Order: sequence, then C-alpha cells, then structure tokens
Amino acid sequence: MQNFEFANPATLNEALGLLGSQWGEADVLAGGTDLLSLMKEYLHSPKRVVNIKNIKELGGIAKSGTGLRIGATVTLDELASNALVRQMYPSLAQAALEVSSPQLRNMGTVGGDLCQRPRCWYFRRGNGLLGQDENGKSLVTTGENKYHAIFGSGPALFVSASSFGPALVALGAKVTLVSASGKRDVPMSEFFVSPKSNGEREIALKPNEILTQIMIPAAGTNATYEVRHREAVDWPLTSASVNLTMAGGVVKSAVVVMGHVAATPWRASQAEQMLTGKKIDAALAERAGEAAVANATPLSENGYKVQLAKVAVKRAILKAAGLTV
Amino acid sequence: MVSALSSQKDKEKQTKAAVSRRGFLGSAGVGGGILATSLGAQEAAAQAAANVMGPTEVAITLNINGAATKLQVEPRVTLLDALRNKLDMTGAKRVCDRGTCGACTVMVNGKTVYGCSVLAIDAVGKQITTIESLGGPGKLHPVSAAFIKHDAQQCGYCTPGFVMAAKAFLDRNPNPTREQVQKGLSGNICRCGTYVGMREAVLEAARSMKNA
Repeated sequence: MQNFEFANPATLNEALGLLGSQWGEADVLAGGTDLLSLMKEYLHSPKRVVNIKNIKELGGIAKSGTGLRIGATVTLDELASNALVRQMYPSLAQAALEVSSPQLRNMGTVGGDLCQRPRCWYFRRGNGLLGQDENGKSLVTTGENKYHAIFGSGPALFVSASSFGPALVALGAKVTLVSASGKRDVPMSEFFVSPKSNGEREIALKPNEILTQIMIPAAGTNATYEVRHREAVDWPLTSASVNLTMAGGVVKSAVVVMGHVAATPWRASQAEQMLTGKKIDAALAERAGEAAVANATPLSENGYKVQLAKVAVKRAILKAAGLTV
Repeated sequence: MVSALSSQKDKEKQTKAAVSRRGFLGSAGVGGGILATSLGAQEAAAQAAANVMGPTEVAITLNINGAATKLQVEPRVTLLDALRNKLDMTGAKRVCDRGTCGACTVMVNGKTVYGCSVLAIDAVGKQITTIESLGGPGKLHPVSAAFIKHDAQQCGYCTPGFVMAAKAFLDRNPNPTREQVQKGLSGNICRCGTYVGMREAVLEAARSMKNA
C-alpha cells in the first residue's frame, strides 16, 4: 500500500473540500472492506484518504415522505436489522443478510456496496476495467470467465459487484451525489454504467463527489433471491430482485432486475411484460424466468449462469408474491 | 532474552510516545503552511479543520482492552499490523490480509471486524477488544475452554479469530441453534476443517455462560 494523507472531516462540506478533481487524488473511506484491498494491490494509490464515517449527516435510516432515506454510511448490519427496512423493503434486507460474513456486515456500508469496484479477476490483477492485454485484446472472452457477464454487448464483461444494486433499481431508488458545487439525484438505473474504456468508471459518481444517501419511494411487494456458491464469504453467482404492484390479486406493474449477470444490474423487461395483468402462480413465474434469460449471451465458461438466473428470477417472483419457492 | 527484547521495545514505545498528539499537530501546522501555497487557501483551510494527518508517522492513542495505548503509525498501517508489529499483540493473525479468512478478527465497539481491513488511525477513539483480553491458562474464557475441550483446532492458526467471532456471536445470541452458530461463524475459515468441533464448542460455551 502506498502511503497517503488521512483526513477525518466532521462535516460534509469539509469532506468535499478535500476531494480531488481527478481519480487518484483522493479516495473516500467508509467501511474499508474494498478500499484497503484495492490499495494493498496498488489498484488504487490515492494521495489522500477521506474518512466519512464521522460525518453525522451521512448516517441514519428515517422515513421520508412515503419512502425511506438511508444514509450512505449505514452499515449492512444496521440495514439488515432495521425494522422499517425489513417491513417496507424485504428485498433490501434479504440482500444485506446474504452478504455472508458477520464481520463484513459490521464494517461494510450501503454507500460502499454501491461504490465497490468489480471483482473481475483480470481487473483485480491489473488488466484494467475491461480486462485486456497490452494489445487491447479481451482476456475475458479467451480466458477464465465462469463468473463473468451473460448479458451486454461489452466491451465490459465484469459483473456489477453490488449486492443492493438490483434491489434498489427494482425499488426505483435514487442516490444523492454531492460535490462542492452542488448536488444531483441520480436514479439507480442510471447510477451503474457499462464503461467503454479503461479510463471510465462503472458508476456515475465523479471524483469530486460523495454519495450521501439513498432515497427509496414507497414500494409494492418485493423480494430478492440470491444463488451463491456454498455459504462462503463470496459474492453471489446470480441474484434477482422483484418489485410487484398488485391490484386485486393481479400484477398491475412489475420490475424484475437480475444481479451479477452484467456490468450493471440487468432489467428483465420481457419478464416484466409477461407478469403484467396476470395472477402469479408457479407456471407463470417459470415462464417469466425463461423470458428473462431469452437474450442471454453467455461466454465460453458461464452458460450455467443462464440457468441460475432463470431460477433466481422465478424464485424471486414467487417470494415477492408470498408463494412457496 | 525475550524479556530483554521486550524491555528494549518498551523503551522504543516510550520514546515514540514522547511525541504527543498535541505536539505533532503543532508541528504539522508548519507543514500545513507550506502546503497552502500549492493547494490554495480554501483547501488548506479545509485541511486544517478536517484534521489531515500523515503521510508520515502520526502519534495516536488506541483504547485496547480498556487501556489507552500510545503508538506511532503511518496512516497506511492496518489495525492488525499495528497490534502485531508495534504492540507485540500477536493473538490476531495475519493470513489472507484481504478481509476474507477471519484470522485477524477483533472487536471494535463491541462488533467483530477484520483487523486487516481497518486502518489503525481509523480506530482512534473506539473500544478495541482483542483475544488477549479473554484470559490465559488458569483463567480461560468459556469460549476458549470449550474450544480446548472439543478439540476445536488442529494447527490452531485460525483459532484466535474464531474465538473472537464466537464470543461476539454469543454476546448477541446467547441461546443459539446449531444452524445459527454455523451462520454466525461464516466470516472465518479453518483450512484444517475443524468446524464440527467448533460448533460443538460454541454451543457448550453458550450453556456454560448461561449457568455462570
């Protein structure tokens, strides 16, 4: 790890004044579960680390209108054990509980989950965000790609590592990004981006901004289903989050989002259309799962993820509808 | 030999501790003035207010097992490395150093964390609890005693981390089921595979702590 200045601001304004205008000048530290590893691998070598855990206004979970406001530094443990979150957004609480290490839940924050870097092993060994060799040839398509994307036209083939991304997209949440010159609310569906070059980032956050909060509107019945490899400290293989607005036992509108299948949370609009106007049963959920993966383009080693994604969608729908999975 | 070595280190600790936090901040103010010419007055003011430290060694005080402990660290030093390399507290182990294996598990403000993934400078002002606080031979913590009784270790290198994880788990779940124990210890890895014995040990520790 390269050495750095450590800043411990007590207010958001102080923190914003300490950020740089380019990546590499400063990194924001919250739980540290990803940042410290990135620094140890010299993937991030910021000149300054800005700790935001002592900024009170970045914490807390509170009702906001008919929805909820979740501060960026709320830990996964706080989120998973919060009564309002469990009652209003089980899809989110379920995603937090599934991050399968108590230590990581104690340390990791909601904002950090959204801002963590991809787990792609080519990125992690220094081959850049797109995982290319020195001639710009993809190492992912010709190499080990069993945990990579099954959707998207590239060039980014890593999968978004965020556990909350799919649920927050399904819930129609927004994040607030604040810089010294102003703030903007970005819908979760636009927060995650598929980078076209190694110099870009996989999220909309700019180097001079801090993600301060997540705003979630009132939601329908919602659920998350994750498929993971054993009960290990690892990221899910695939996940699906579903948000259903019901009217008289019939689906009025549905949002179905798959996780860990593309560089961003991946919306399954064909599955959504299939559910709309219908009463949910096991057969419909099965067909929706099939529709969700109909356009999948798996790589050489990850065809199995198509099946996992299909089942995750089916089970998330059944779970959201209160039916037996 | 060992005691000679540690008394030498104690002297070093005292020498380092002689540079107090207050003294450091005073001298850092001089450096801050030089920075101001390159970074602009506004940013320099923000830095002064935000308590920017380092990148050279910083004098800090950590509250470890109830004792205020002074040491000097560069900002990049993890809590784990500070405990092991600066304070000779080698109970927490350095194995993966990437927040995955759990061998470095300590408690911060009553919750388990991976010591390898926390900066020492970020633990200032918090209550740090390490395996060293759980008592030694003749005065074993119920979790440690149950680990011995159930042969819950082979090489033993993961054991301090598991014992801390188990203690924190039982503090929160005094009447666990076997499944809850399994889930509660899922942040730690034992490559010898002594999980069955460990789960037995945690269940027994739960019973003995209740009867205590």
